[in-house]
Amino acid sequence: MAHMKRASAWITLLFLAPSLIGLVAFSVLPMAASLALGLTQWDGLSAVSFSTMREQWVGLGNYAALLGDSEFWRVLKNTCYFIVLYLPLILLASVFVALLLDSKRRLIGVYRVMYYIPVLSSWVAGALVWKWVLSPDYGMLNDLLGRIGIQGPGWLQDRSWAMPGIVLASVWKDMGYFGLILLGGLQGINPSYYESADIEGASWAQKAFRITLPLLSPAIFFVLIICVINSFQLFPQVMVMTATNGQPPGGPLGSTQVMVERIYTYAFKYYKMGFASAWSWLLFVIILFFTMLQLKLQKRWVNYEA
Amino acid sequence: MRGRIASIGALALIALSTTAFAQKVNYFNFSGAGDNAPYLESMRKAFEAKNPGIDVNIETVAFADYFTQLQTRVASGTPMDCFELNYENFVTYAKKDVLLDLGPNFKKTGFDTKAISAKALGAFNVDGKQYGLPASFSNVVLFYNKALFDKAKVAYPTDAWTWKDEQSAAEKIRALDKDTYGIFQPVQFWEFYKVVKQNGGSLFSSDGKRFTVDSRQNIDTLTFMTDRLLKSNVMPTQKQCGGMGDWDLFKAGRLGMIVTGIWAFGEFTKDCPFSWDIAVEPGMKAKATHFFSNGIVISKNCANVDAAAKWAKFMSASREAADIRVTAGWELPAITDPQIIAAYSEITPPANRAAVFKSLEYLVTPPVVGQMQELTDILGAQLEAARDGAKTPAQALQDAQKELIAKIKL
Repeated sequence: MAHMKRASAWITLLFLAPSLIGLVAFSVLPMAASLALGLTQWDGLSAVSFSTMREQWVGLGNYAALLGDSEFWRVLKNTCYFIVLYLPLILLASVFVALLLDSKRRLIGVYRVMYYIPVLSSWVAGALVWKWVLSPDYGMLNDLLGRIGIQGPGWLQDRSWAMPGIVLASVWKDMGYFGLILLGGLQGINPSYYESADIEGASWAQKAFRITLPLLSPAIFFVLIICVINSFQLFPQVMVMTATNGQPPGGPLGSTQVMVERIYTYAFKYYKMGFASAWSWLLFVIILFFTMLQLKLQKRWVNYEA
Repeated sequence: MRGRIASIGALALIALSTTAFAQKVNYFNFSGAGDNAPYLESMRKAFEAKNPGIDVNIETVAFADYFTQLQTRVASGTPMDCFELNYENFVTYAKKDVLLDLGPNFKKTGFDTKAISAKALGAFNVDGKQYGLPASFSNVVLFYNKALFDKAKVAYPTDAWTWKDEQSAAEKIRALDKDTYGIFQPVQFWEFYKVVKQNGGSLFSSDGKRFTVDSRQNIDTLTFMTDRLLKSNVMPTQKQCGGMGDWDLFKAGRLGMIVTGIWAFGEFTKDCPFSWDIAVEPGMKAKATHFFSNGIVISKNCANVDAAAKWAKFMSASREAADIRVTAGWELPAITDPQIIAAYSEITPPANRAAVFKSLEYLVTPPVVGQMQELTDILGAQLEAARDGAKTPAQALQDAQKELIAKIKL
């Protein structure tokens, strides 16, 4: 019997091996290497060996330098600014998309595809389009604002409006994906709740706030977790929309410099791979903290009864 | 019949063995991207015709992604045999001990470096060791739109112009209409380090051991550059550019003058509907012009040094490569052959192509430190603040000075 159990375990391992090997080779080992490199001043160019690692060892020096550097706190502030603007907008937009796509109307399948197309398009293509849309003098957005008597701002060329411009592009790109997740949540709500509410004479608002939102809360919670994690990893739209030839990256006066953009810059432009590795681990700790916080707070508002 | 079969068989064997045992050289580059790809391919064919038994495998990546990929490959221990480095990044790589010293190969093969421009060759020499060979060089000149100058009734720029002449002309052209501007010269690091020299300033002390970014001359220089945007507005602000690049503005006939590189010749020839020409950049207390060079280096771990060195020498010093480059208008070959220089000078536009060589008399090389990119970003951020009016030129340069001293080791 024990022999059969051992054989069964080996067979299981054999079937899992391809995925496990990939996981170890492309996730676990690089993460371990990055953790070790974060304790050195490796430049990303010279050969990696125990002797060079010993020579370049700084221990927690990179972490101390980061936490004592005003640039780190400024960039964290920029990232949090993005999150504060992005989260409410993406939630509202996603709920709107979900409600729209939940309706029974002709060609609903076509609308579902249309709202999902931005999700499928590449960020480079989307960011280039938004660069044009947000052009102060010739862009579509300022043109539309001008028609209703509003003088549009400088958007990506204005330090106060560059990050809101990034937020708009991000909401456009992501609302289809999160809308689809919320749509799944909406369609999982038992219609008998609405039937009972109709019988009781509940208004639209009462149904929305007493039935829909509470029962949609697990899906909203999932969307929130993913949005916060993705927001801290903001990168492609910043690099494409606010990087210009000959100018430092990160938008006008560094207003769109964010965590991952700085990690990339230190690793691949400044040849400070060790410092960048330490920064990426600090980012991991920050993301972990906010994720744990959300998991703890979910008990207060997420309703798993459906 | 048997003899014929045997001959064919022998020939086939020889061809097979040549291919099978041909030495391979992997070459990684950025300057051969886009429109230059066919010319690089011509160079490869010319080299292989001259060197049977060596196959060159070219891999081209656009400049924006090139150094990220290069760094990854070098760090992983799998660099290419030969790769291209621009002057600004070359010193970083040379100091990281990843490049091969070419001196021993030159000695072994008796390679004569006199055929190569001494200034260009010297750019790829660090601590007395020759780590690279210049494949091309280029510089920056003052381009001007003759039609706008005629319309504003301003005499064309000459090589003797100063900043005052340039500013006066720019103001007259600006006055033509609200969408026409006098000049475009970006307020960023790659212009600033040169323009300060035109005003007798410098970013470093003469021994290169201290930063002198906030000197009086440099502040005056930055004031001159930003006043063009913020006071006289002879240069369009970012907002006024409306998403158009400087080249687009010039090609659209909205700029009287633009300070840009000679690599613009091809595009301006193709796309400008008006007549244009060039002049040496104006100076103030002195003339100072750019010098850029792209070189070919060999990886320290290259298994095929002799073949790789032949390719590098061909690209740098051969008549064939230089001819292709001149015909294509693909920057300037780094060789000193007067026939090549004469052939280059005869191509028009621009009519005043002699200004390209005249500019070489005043060239200044970019400052090169190990932390080059960090230096350019720190200073660039402050220049941007001054350009946008967020800081005065004095405040911007003083802040730059403090940050550079704190973060950059000289």
